[in-house]
Amino acid sequence: MMARAWVFGDNVDTDQIIAGRYLVKLDPRELAKHVMEAADPKFASKVRRGDVIIAGRNFGCGSSRERAPLALKAAGISAIVAESFARIFYRNAVNRGLPVLTCAGVRRGFKTGDKVGVDMREGEARNLSTGKTFRVEPLPDFLLTILRAGGLLPYLKRSVGKAGR
Amino acid sequence: MTIAEKILARASGRKRVSPGEIVEASIDVAMTHDIEGPMVVEGLRELGTKKVWNPNKIVIVFDHQVPANSIDAALNHIMLREFAAKQKIPDFYDLFEGICHVVLPEKGFALPGRLIVGTDSHTTTYGALGCFATGIGSTDMVAVFTRGKLWFRVPESVRMTIEGRLPRRVTSKDLILKIIGEVGADGETYRSVEFVGGGMRNISMAGRMTMCNMGVEMGAKTAIVPPDGLTTRYLRGRARGSYKPVHADRDAAYVEERSFDVKKLEPQVARPYSVDNVAPVSEVEGVEVDQAFLGSCTNGRFEDLVEAAKIVNGRQISKRVRMLVVPASREIYLKALERGILAIFARAGALVEAPSCAACMGGHVGILAPGEVCISASNRNFRGRMGSPKGKIYLASPATVAASALKGKITDPRDL
Repeated sequence: MMARAWVFGDNVDTDQIIAGRYLVKLDPRELAKHVMEAADPKFASKVRRGDVIIAGRNFGCGSSRERAPLALKAAGISAIVAESFARIFYRNAVNRGLPVLTCAGVRRGFKTGDKVGVDMREGEARNLSTGKTFRVEPLPDFLLTILRAGGLLPYLKRSVGKAGR
Repeated sequence: MTIAEKILARASGRKRVSPGEIVEASIDVAMTHDIEGPMVVEGLRELGTKKVWNPNKIVIVFDHQVPANSIDAALNHIMLREFAAKQKIPDFYDLFEGICHVVLPEKGFALPGRLIVGTDSHTTTYGALGCFATGIGSTDMVAVFTRGKLWFRVPESVRMTIEGRLPRRVTSKDLILKIIGEVGADGETYRSVEFVGGGMRNISMAGRMTMCNMGVEMGAKTAIVPPDGLTTRYLRGRARGSYKPVHADRDAAYVEERSFDVKKLEPQVARPYSVDNVAPVSEVEGVEVDQAFLGSCTNGRFEDLVEAAKIVNGRQISKRVRMLVVPASREIYLKALERGILAIFARAGALVEAPSCAACMGGHVGILAPGEVCISASNRNFRGRMGSPKGKIYLASPATVAASALKGKITDPRDL
């Protein structure tokens, strides 16, 4: 199935991604039912596995709640391409194995429902509906390694063998 | 080097570091609470960590769901209590003590020169004591609890010079709102903000904490006030361990310099739905309010309660408003109780609650219905933050919250 774009504006905060009243839940599937509820109440029921979020500046601003990237990933989001990210969300997303790609001017290049292709190795986001290609900022190698492992914990488990004491 | 660079250099065992560099630094204090804590415990289990790196450097505080308001919250509390007992963590504060960002400074964990991480974005608060403090997620905290170390990108530093003395009924909250309105919600993303200048000498420790607390609302990684005599006085009898104040070098490099003269500053209000949507109170006066919230890690300190009580004293809160007063810690609650401050609010018709994050995070008490308006002394006015996505939050100082509660509409506290 082709990935579809979901386009959001600037300053999509963590309360919009997953509201405070759901933060008692630990099951990612429970969280996914309420993801992006404040921004688009129908998002959770319509999003499909592999879909991509396209957004403006400062995506994920606000809280350090790691349930934000966790809920997006559990809902099926395969990558977020935004003009910029808030610091803590960015790191949390990488730690959860959710690709976050920075790309100037990307928001205006998509509308919700466009077909989208993301190529991390080539550093490109493509709008397959319009044929336009956008260059994303390359990720440092060590972040790519964590993303490929599926997140920081899978990475640590794999690289250290039996981690912990 | 700047203060942030010096602290990261010391913590990573280097002579010097420069912005942009990635360093692995040893953590002095690691804090988690009842929201992210259970995720940390799950992560440690997944990684196979049997014993935390150093139980004496971990602080756990219950503050968000206090007391438990659902079965899920009660189960999360049990999970963390068992974890703290099993790991023999001495500084475990069950639901009696207050909000983490007020408890850690009160108990003397926030000390000049320290590197502190917490699973909460408002961890930046501790920078008021001259330390490097920043918020991280639960997976990063799993790494910290396991190894005591974390990687950091050394941030660029920004210097904000504050001049002058705040006028009557204008507070540090108005100043930080003014600053955020000017630089924008992502204006200082990834950076370390130092608040310096003669004006900072006139701002109390509580006021400094309010400013550093909201540093994250302009994207900052950390916000720091250089330690001075006030810092030393605050820490006397509190400091847990020794400390060495860290100051910036004369030739420290800043990517940006800004200055703010507070002499003529007016009360400020952040309108829905972003913290940088700031206007002077005169532009929003008259907006009717349903709820007034005085509390949170931003403005639930003793002097905030006193400032509001001066305005409320002897008057009645508007019939259309429910006012929630939530002292931010047990220490503050007791002091306010003993000095009759809480009675002033109760007599005026306010609800006085036990210490917790309360209405600020919208998962516990003080939930808004669609269309309702709250004037709040907290830190975020995001869509849905306090309940319905159709509710509206206006952020303001304790004085403006108190004045608005009395009048039933947003009111300039200087008029009362």
